[in-house]
Amino acid sequence: MKNCLLISLLRDITLVKRLSLNEWDLLIRQARSTGLTARLYYFIKKNELVEFIPAIVLKHFISEWMYFTKLYQSVGWELSELKVALEKKGLPVLLMKGTAYVALELEASKGRIFSDIDLLFPHDSIDLAESALMNAGWMGTHHNEYDRNYYRQWMHEIPPLRHVQRQSVLDVHHNILPPTAKIKVNAEKLLENIIEVNGENIFCLSPEDLVLHSVTHLFHEGDFVHGLRDISDLDLLLKEFSVQKTFWTKLTERVTELNLGRPLYYGLRYSSFFLKTSIPDSVICSVNRFAPNALMLRVMDFVFLRALMPDHPSCDVRWTGLARWLLYIRSHWLRMPMYLLVPHLLRKSWMGFVGGTAKD
Amino acid sequence: MNGSLAFEQALLKEGVYIKTGPYVSCLKSPITSLAESLLSLYHESQISLKEEFVDFHVSIEYPGILRHYFRPQILFKFDGFSPFKPLPAAQVYPFFEWGLNWCIATNSNSHLILHAAVVEKNNCAIIFPAAPGSGKSTLCAGLVARGWRLLSDEMAMIDLKSQALTAIVRPISLKNESIDVIKKFAPNFYFGSIVHDTNKGTVSHVKVPSAQKDMNKSANPAWMVFPKYKKNAKTSLKETSKAQAFLRAAENSFNYNVLAEAGFNALGDVIDVCECYDFCYSDLDEAIKTFDELAAEKKN
Repeated sequence: MKNCLLISLLRDITLVKRLSLNEWDLLIRQARSTGLTARLYYFIKKNELVEFIPAIVLKHFISEWMYFTKLYQSVGWELSELKVALEKKGLPVLLMKGTAYVALELEASKGRIFSDIDLLFPHDSIDLAESALMNAGWMGTHHNEYDRNYYRQWMHEIPPLRHVQRQSVLDVHHNILPPTAKIKVNAEKLLENIIEVNGENIFCLSPEDLVLHSVTHLFHEGDFVHGLRDISDLDLLLKEFSVQKTFWTKLTERVTELNLGRPLYYGLRYSSFFLKTSIPDSVICSVNRFAPNALMLRVMDFVFLRALMPDHPSCDVRWTGLARWLLYIRSHWLRMPMYLLVPHLLRKSWMGFVGGTAKD
Repeated sequence: MNGSLAFEQALLKEGVYIKTGPYVSCLKSPITSLAESLLSLYHESQISLKEEFVDFHVSIEYPGILRHYFRPQILFKFDGFSPFKPLPAAQVYPFFEWGLNWCIATNSNSHLILHAAVVEKNNCAIIFPAAPGSGKSTLCAGLVARGWRLLSDEMAMIDLKSQALTAIVRPISLKNESIDVIKKFAPNFYFGSIVHDTNKGTVSHVKVPSAQKDMNKSANPAWMVFPKYKKNAKTSLKETSKAQAFLRAAENSFNYNVLAEAGFNALGDVIDVCECYDFCYSDLDEAIKTFDELAAEKKN
């Protein structure tokens, strides 16, 4: 693997003490390209190393930090609005991913830039939830019939909703993978295991499920612009949760129940590869049974070791472009069987070609 | 001659460096006409061939082989990422300036940024927040031609704690009729090439006069003036309420919303120290007289 300054810093933040101006330049570029500037600044602040940032560099960290602070603040406001909107219909606020990290005040939320709020509902409450959210000002974003039907028939979420005034975007899910995906997840099991955020009637997936969702999302993704950010999320979640004695046992049990062995295998493999996340030997042994065959693993290493690097020219090696392209294809293939995928892609490219104006 | 050839070579290969206030930008481009524009519109002290830390790595490229030769187009990239659609190749210089505006506006939440021109005399600065088409750049160019120091014709960059205004001196961008107005008003100004049919109409950039020393010195805000050019209008300077001024300045801010409480406080502090006016004009000489008088009052 090519030497990447950003990754070295994520592993050992005290390296900031010895950076030249040229290296700061490169670090800011790599961090910016993968959305990690604010998180890097958080690590620097937490370790009381801000004094080592030269003044001409500091302004970029502060700029991103201000942006993050605003996002973080507005999530709090959005959550209170969501609670009011959903309580009227007797529905809970159940959070996943970035918003859950914020609600639980996890390390992974600090400096994490994200744009959507991810919610999970029981499948049979989706219509009710949608109308409750629409009443509160969140409106549908996809206005053509094909897209709308596609979401409802084949996806694990409805088309994203955007608030008419505040522009906040909600991703409303009933599962963490599409029903057509190769791996089937029983969403009821996720709902059975949720935890409440200190008596506020706001819920999150349990720690094990947050980790499993994070790896599932990452290894079904087609776009790896923020791949390293997601690996860093995983690294932080594992570090923070593993303080609880029972965490690893729960995780290794839960992974079988939810049928998410393969994504967890990849997640642990690449998190320890890129960020040296410490994982108990017993867990590695137990998760090894989910590994693909040796040939497949070599192929996966080939693509992931390239695509999970920052999407910046300084981190590209031979075949990086190919690796990203293969993963994009793979993500479609994992989500849908060919007999659904091919007509869908043809239809989408036709709509793109004629300007996306298929009749509404 | 040798110098400009080296500059052209650097533009093609490792990039040339443009220093504007607190920012260093590195530009790479295969379009060599950019070299000439940069050398003639920026001051020698603002240009270099080597810098250790660069704030914005930008490039202007052809989008592909087809659009290189057939109705050539160009693309602005910020470290490999293109925030805009391609433009016709003739607009290369304005595209560079607009691209740089975008880089600064989206990466400067360390400060409160208003869409405004800023000029200074005796360490007292006027902030002219205004929407495009209000005559802010014309007024700004006029004042600079008559001895006011330019801090920026595009952005007021306000320190969140001290309210000091940071200078980001770059060529002044003039549009449409104001190009001829300023050519007559300031015949010794150097104008870059005139580019027609852009999004903003016809544009040309003016080099900031070399009489301007202290290119990077900050200044303290003293007046906030909302300018409006109106054909045949009588010059009028009317005091406006601070509450109104606050709201209108916030409307003209790039990042007031992002900065939340810090932005509210900083803007409040600026408004507190500023006298706030509505200004309507059609005659540039009278306009400048008005502001010279303001500055003289302040001095006494």
